[in-house]
Amino acid sequence: MSKIVLHLYIAGQTPRAERAISTLRRMIEQELAGYECELTVIDVLADPQQAENQKILATPTLIKSSPPPYRRVIGDLSSVTDLLNVLNLPPQS
Amino acid sequence: MCADQIERLPTGITGFDHIANGGLPKGRTTLVSGTAGSAKTVFAAQFLAAGIKRGEPGVFVTFEETPEALRRNMLGFGWDIARWEAEGKWAFVDVSPQPEEELVELGSYDLGALLARIEHAVRSIGAVRLSMDSLGAIFTRLNDSRVVRNELLRIVSTLRRLGVTAVLTAERTQEYGEIARYGVEEFVSDDVVILRNLLEDEKRRRTVEILKFRGTSHQKGSFPFTVIPGEGIHVIPLSAIELKQRSSSVRTTSGNTELDRMCGGGFFRDSIVLVSGATGTGKTLMATTFMAAGVRQNERSLLFAFEESRDQLFRNAIGWGIDFEQMERDGLLRVICNYPEVTSLEDQLIFMKAEIDRFRPQRVAVDSLSALERVATIKGFREFVIGLTSFIKHQEMAGLYTATTPTLLGGSSITEAHISTITDSIILLRYVELFGEMRRGLTVLKMRGSSHDKDIREFTIDSRGMHIGRPFRNISGILSGQFTHIAPSEIDRLSAMFRDDEGDESARDSAPTN
Repeated sequence: MSKIVLHLYIAGQTPRAERAISTLRRMIEQELAGYECELTVIDVLADPQQAENQKILATPTLIKSSPPPYRRVIGDLSSVTDLLNVLNLPPQS
Repeated sequence: MCADQIERLPTGITGFDHIANGGLPKGRTTLVSGTAGSAKTVFAAQFLAAGIKRGEPGVFVTFEETPEALRRNMLGFGWDIARWEAEGKWAFVDVSPQPEEELVELGSYDLGALLARIEHAVRSIGAVRLSMDSLGAIFTRLNDSRVVRNELLRIVSTLRRLGVTAVLTAERTQEYGEIARYGVEEFVSDDVVILRNLLEDEKRRRTVEILKFRGTSHQKGSFPFTVIPGEGIHVIPLSAIELKQRSSSVRTTSGNTELDRMCGGGFFRDSIVLVSGATGTGKTLMATTFMAAGVRQNERSLLFAFEESRDQLFRNAIGWGIDFEQMERDGLLRVICNYPEVTSLEDQLIFMKAEIDRFRPQRVAVDSLSALERVATIKGFREFVIGLTSFIKHQEMAGLYTATTPTLLGGSSITEAHISTITDSIILLRYVELFGEMRRGLTVLKMRGSSHDKDIREFTIDSRGMHIGRPFRNISGILSGQFTHIAPSEIDRLSAMFRDDEGDESARDSAPTN
């Protein structure tokens, strides 16, 4: 089974960024415990070129590049349930 | 605060700096607002392209078109964006919609990433200028327009901190009304430029207006502009053209000795003569003679013909003993024929200016203005004539325009009514019905700065051109076309009452004043 790959783009340690990170942690720990999962947090203030390459507009932005379908979510990801829905997670099959 | 204390950044957009009294306020963000198709993107790109030519790098933030599309579309204006990118003079911040991507919003967000990217791009190439095109696209992609507005305000203040002079384009839904959609003007209200693409009498007309530059001066009102391949936006700063031409007292021949005498010794150099008459009265002949006279005294002469084909013109000229072909071979004459319908009047003006610049003539004739009037609105036509006239006079050339009256007898042309105050001299050619026969009459109606013959004289046309003869003596109402024949005894009586001032040249100037 393919690894779940998530990238979270934030602009500094803002309350929104912290909310998004904690929601993601909770989702990974509680709902995706049996899956291999990789989360990378990129601060666009430190690495703006990365934001340019990925054409990031808003922060926070979460990108799920694997497994398909590709998903891009903006916002502070207030609820785990909604997030799972939007990301099509956990993977079917 | 004194207006001069706000520094300007010359945009390099032809004519725009003139109406902006030097350029955009430096270090500030100017909102450029317009409806769809009003050339906002061209303005935004040209602002950067012109900067690069002055050694000022620029960042283009695109919300709408992809960088690929912009590189391709702007190449037609001669802007090689890809090369400038490679040279580190131009950088894109690509915020164009990605087709495969669907943005899902979950919770609250800001545009911190966009801000970071813009700042990064500005710093990495040392940008002096920045364009953002166009704001509407980002409002349609994100649901929370309040957030977008706040974030744009943050971006604008960051640009100010970075010392960048910026152009921000925004959509309008109508040509007259609110400045822009989504209340954009609330956060960049200091400097506003409006681009319009008006439909007047079924003709498209582009205009630019500087609505405000806070704390500093600019030209008021709207100015026509056009978008030219290889150049971009070209503003025609009509009322800003100073009518400060030196008027010279040097006379130059019209090509007809009798007419020169009627005008008090010939046309003035640096003056514009309008020849008005019905079809077939001899307007093209006068233009032809005027050109040939120039060539004969070794002056370069340029004829713009909008009514007749080249062949026809050359054949006519031969009929009057003038060999245009030889004159062109000698390099002293250039005849340009084209159909006014093929292009807008703004483009026509720019084309004519370019031809005048290239040929550097001492004489210019336009035959006829009425043909050009057909393709424009009254306002557009007037602006065209003012633009052309001031250009010709600045170059110290003698100009001759012809205008066609719509009726055979009497009457005045619409052309005449709109431009008579702009021209220095007016010559009327009229048909005169005399005892069942059509004759031709000529009079000098106005000759600014000179005395002139006030008679209406008969003239004939033969294989050697125009011959001006005696004044009509037994007829009145020629100019109105309502002829009244007067018995000879009455003429004698009237002549006795008003001693003719012809001959003794009492320098009474009857030129109408404006």
